[in-house]
Amino acid sequence: MNLNDLPAGANTDHQLTVAGKTYASKLLVGTGKYKDFQETRDAVVASGTGIVTVTVRRVNIGQHQDEPNLLDFVPPGEFTILPNTGGCYNAADAVYTLQMAREMLGGHSLCKLEVLGDEKTLFPNMPETLKAAETLIKDGFDVMVYCSDDPIQAKMLEDMGCVAIMPLASLIGSGMGILNPWNLSLIIEQTQVPVIVDAGVGTASDAAIAMELGCDGVLMNTAIAKARDPIRMALAMRDAVRAGRNAYLAGRMPRRFAASPSSPMAGLMT
Amino acid sequence: MNAIQIELNGRPHPADATTTLADLVAKLGLAGKSLAISINREVIKRSDWPQRRIEAADRIEIVHAIGGG
Repeated sequence: MNLNDLPAGANTDHQLTVAGKTYASKLLVGTGKYKDFQETRDAVVASGTGIVTVTVRRVNIGQHQDEPNLLDFVPPGEFTILPNTGGCYNAADAVYTLQMAREMLGGHSLCKLEVLGDEKTLFPNMPETLKAAETLIKDGFDVMVYCSDDPIQAKMLEDMGCVAIMPLASLIGSGMGILNPWNLSLIIEQTQVPVIVDAGVGTASDAAIAMELGCDGVLMNTAIAKARDPIRMALAMRDAVRAGRNAYLAGRMPRRFAASPSSPMAGLMT
Repeated sequence: MNAIQIELNGRPHPADATTTLADLVAKLGLAGKSLAISINREVIKRSDWPQRRIEAADRIEIVHAIGGG
């Protein structure tokens, strides 16, 4: 076999399908915490992502009206814009935020719901998340939902009609990596819609571990934006997500406690 | 002129009772930008901005996209 004869699925294996639409990459990236919009764009492009999260905030009235807009740098024609509800601590605020975002984006229904519990942990407030998800789905939104790694509540969200289940792997912005592989595995095993790790990835190996568990995608922001060289880290993440997916599809060797030589013993020169 | 007071993005703001949302957006230098507007937390569609008049004590929010995860 040569390189051109790789399995036919090699490229489609790295796509992500959410709510009936297929995206080129299983990596989703946020746009917060960058030095400027140009760096944001460069990192987004380097990551190879098709889905970019943004947040919605009040315009500064009377100030800097000529300043460039984020969407000039990551235009909706080039990327799918995924509005989030970062900063919302109750269902009503989250629903209102996404209704505003939908209007801003000309009616597109895909959104990321996150209802936070407190400022220290940014852990999801699950009762409010469930309440908001129900309202949004009734209102026609395709809800990708940031949630705890509790398989019971993940199932409730899926049964309700959320289009992607997005548990945290560790705290938002912590870079602590995949602290809950067993809980994530339980969720992956039971869930029919995409499972996307939504928080906690710190470096490329974390993204690979998430994908090796069988996740359908990884969403990250700080790990790229706060790397010393965000553009290079975006490249690393692109490759790590692909590597992790390939490893998952390849199926790892069984772990064993005894050594097993890679070279045959037969014919050994003594 | 019929001067009224509204709340715009959380702050008091003078306006005119004949003003529409489209007028307000133009006056603020925000015409043509990617925005959403609500009055008293009700999202107002862009296509309704030219007809929708501002009333005294309206709480108006104008939002845009910024970087976030």
